[in-house]
Amino acid sequence: MVPFEYYVILSLLLFVIGLAGALFRRNLIILLASLEIIMNALIVLFAAISYHTKDISGYLIVFFLIGMAAAEAGVGLTLAVLIYKKLKKVYVDEINFFRG
Amino acid sequence: MSEASFQVINTFDLRVFLVPFLPFFASIITLIFGKKYFREKSHILPVISLFLSFSLSISLLFDVLNGKTYNFDLYSWIVAGSLKVGLGFLVDPLSVMMICMVTSLSFLIHVYSIGYMGGDPGYYRFFSYISLFTFSMLMLVLSNNLVQLYLGWEAVGLCSYFLIGFWYEKKSASDAAKKAFIVNRVGDFGFALGIFAMFYYLGTLYYNEIFAKLPLIAESYISIGGYEIHVPFLIAFLLFCGAMGKSAQVPLHVWLPDAMEGPTPVSALIHAATMVTAGVFMVSRLHALFEMSYHAMAMVAFIGAITCFMAATIAPTQFDIKRVIAYSTLSQLGYMFMACGVGAFAVGMFHLFTHAYFKALLFLGAGSIIHALHHAQDPNDIRIMGGLRRYMPITFWTFLIASLSISGIPGLAGFFSKDEILAYAYFSKYPWGKIIWLIGLVVASMTAFYTFRIFFKAFFGEFRGKEVLHGHTPHESPKVMTIPLIIISIGAIFSGWLGIPEILGGGAHFQRFLESVLGHPELLHVDHTMEYLLMALSVLAGLLGIFLAYLVYVKTPSLETAFSSRFKRIYTFLYRKWYFDELYDLVIVRPTLFLARTVVNLILDTFVIDQTVNGSAKTAEAFSSFFRRFHTGIVNYYNWFILLGLVIYLLLVYLK
Repeated sequence: MVPFEYYVILSLLLFVIGLAGALFRRNLIILLASLEIIMNALIVLFAAISYHTKDISGYLIVFFLIGMAAAEAGVGLTLAVLIYKKLKKVYVDEINFFRG
Repeated sequence: MSEASFQVINTFDLRVFLVPFLPFFASIITLIFGKKYFREKSHILPVISLFLSFSLSISLLFDVLNGKTYNFDLYSWIVAGSLKVGLGFLVDPLSVMMICMVTSLSFLIHVYSIGYMGGDPGYYRFFSYISLFTFSMLMLVLSNNLVQLYLGWEAVGLCSYFLIGFWYEKKSASDAAKKAFIVNRVGDFGFALGIFAMFYYLGTLYYNEIFAKLPLIAESYISIGGYEIHVPFLIAFLLFCGAMGKSAQVPLHVWLPDAMEGPTPVSALIHAATMVTAGVFMVSRLHALFEMSYHAMAMVAFIGAITCFMAATIAPTQFDIKRVIAYSTLSQLGYMFMACGVGAFAVGMFHLFTHAYFKALLFLGAGSIIHALHHAQDPNDIRIMGGLRRYMPITFWTFLIASLSISGIPGLAGFFSKDEILAYAYFSKYPWGKIIWLIGLVVASMTAFYTFRIFFKAFFGEFRGKEVLHGHTPHESPKVMTIPLIIISIGAIFSGWLGIPEILGGGAHFQRFLESVLGHPELLHVDHTMEYLLMALSVLAGLLGIFLAYLVYVKTPSLETAFSSRFKRIYTFLYRKWYFDELYDLVIVRPTLFLARTVVNLILDTFVIDQTVNGSAKTAEAFSSFFRRFHTGIVNYYNWFILLGLVIYLLLVYLK
């Protein structure tokens, strides 16, 4: 049986990877993917906690999170495609409408 | 007292309500629907409503003659503590006489305006305003308390403002309207204070309660700035300030001559017959208060006398026909106040009544001339008139009647009332009565002179306006204008017959009718021979004036410029209207504008207000120029900020 700490470490690793992606990468698709990774870090953590404490509520949150992540990915990718179609750009530092 | 003979009805009477409110409804409906639907038929509703209103006034007159007066509240308007003000009506001899006069003249002038204002783009507006004016005036005279009087007082001022500035695209007209309104504000400020003082001392604003409680303050004094001031005098003075503004008495008279910028029917109705007499009406209504203070009576008498004399000296130097008549109005209003100031309130009201007719007739006659000459650059200028007798016979005859009436020729309305004033002044118990009589006598002669000056200038000699009319000859006005002229001229002859004094075999019914409200003036010993002598003197004064005018303006026209060139100083002084406008310009207008332009505009506006407004904008800009650096538009940075925010939040939560 895998110890609980391993799950936490895995989750942390995923979170840091996703965070690094969100902070350092400039490609729009990669940014979205990084967000998905952060989300997955959470899902793993919730599933582990639920398994560890023998409490079903964590699993419920996991299901909701997976559904939400799917929807969010759909919306995000659609927007990314539209932005690409409109501007022919995928690098976020080139897309700065809101520059103050 | 004969007051007991009146039966007072305290319940609602529809006729009393409809007298003022019919013109009001007509006005509102005309204002709303006039522009789109009535257009050149806008006059129908106001004229009909005025006619009904007039008929109801006559029926009320018969009620009052039969000893039935009304005094009732329609509803409570303001109730606060001990203050209670209702929208109420009081129909007694005084107010019923006023409503008959106002509605009859207003009706005729409405009809006249159909011709005079025909084709004007603001036709519907004119009829709406003038009906609204009639409503306000009727509310003023019918009210049974001071606050409603004040409401009507302000509303007539407002309508006067609308109508003076009726041709608002003309700069001079809109200026004159503003002047009238602002000068009246000065007087009305005093009037409002007077009402407050009245409430403060008596605790009520209803006339009947005021009269009942007035003896309570007969001996009370108030100390202002070290002087002991008689309370009745204080209240009377403050109220009289309002009367000075509204009735254009010195020193607040300057607005009335300028008000002639309005259409002529307006001048006839508002600035001759009705609104400007509101001051006299108010003084008569509160005569008990004025009579309590010796000084107040002296003030009323002398303000009236000064105005009377001053206006009569200015009038002969003016060339604008309407201005001359306006100064004559000032002068006649002065007569009314003189009558009030010697305690002869009923006679003052009698002169108000006759004056309304002959002065309206003079104005409408002038309007008829102006209408005929309206192609000229300045149709009011008497220098372009002349010889109009041949072209405009009806206007000529009616104008002649009015001129004779105002000059005090026996048999016409003006004779009886003016003569009564002079007689009552002479026999007055007040010591200034004789002085007032002398001024009145001199002015009577001057009145005849300047009235016949414009009469001879306009109707005799050769027509001098051929060039300005491009060869056209003037023509008589349409029937819709001449018929009201004829009807009013009947009033200008016969209205005086209602009050023929006893020594001429009359019953002085008019004065007796009003004296039940206004009280009979106390006189010294009345000598009948003296009375005849006074009458003869005043007639002679009038004839002298007419003769002089004939001499100067018909017989030997070379005399016309003799005075003005001989006494250039005096002439200029009179021509510039005693420099009142210049004085006010120097003392009030310029300092006010200076204050506005420098202190308020430069200092307060530029430094305080502008700096505050600009400063707040600049502060916001300074803040934003710092924060805008974070607003890069690049998603990665935002992610960093989110992380930063999260870290700070966690630190705050866990390190606390």
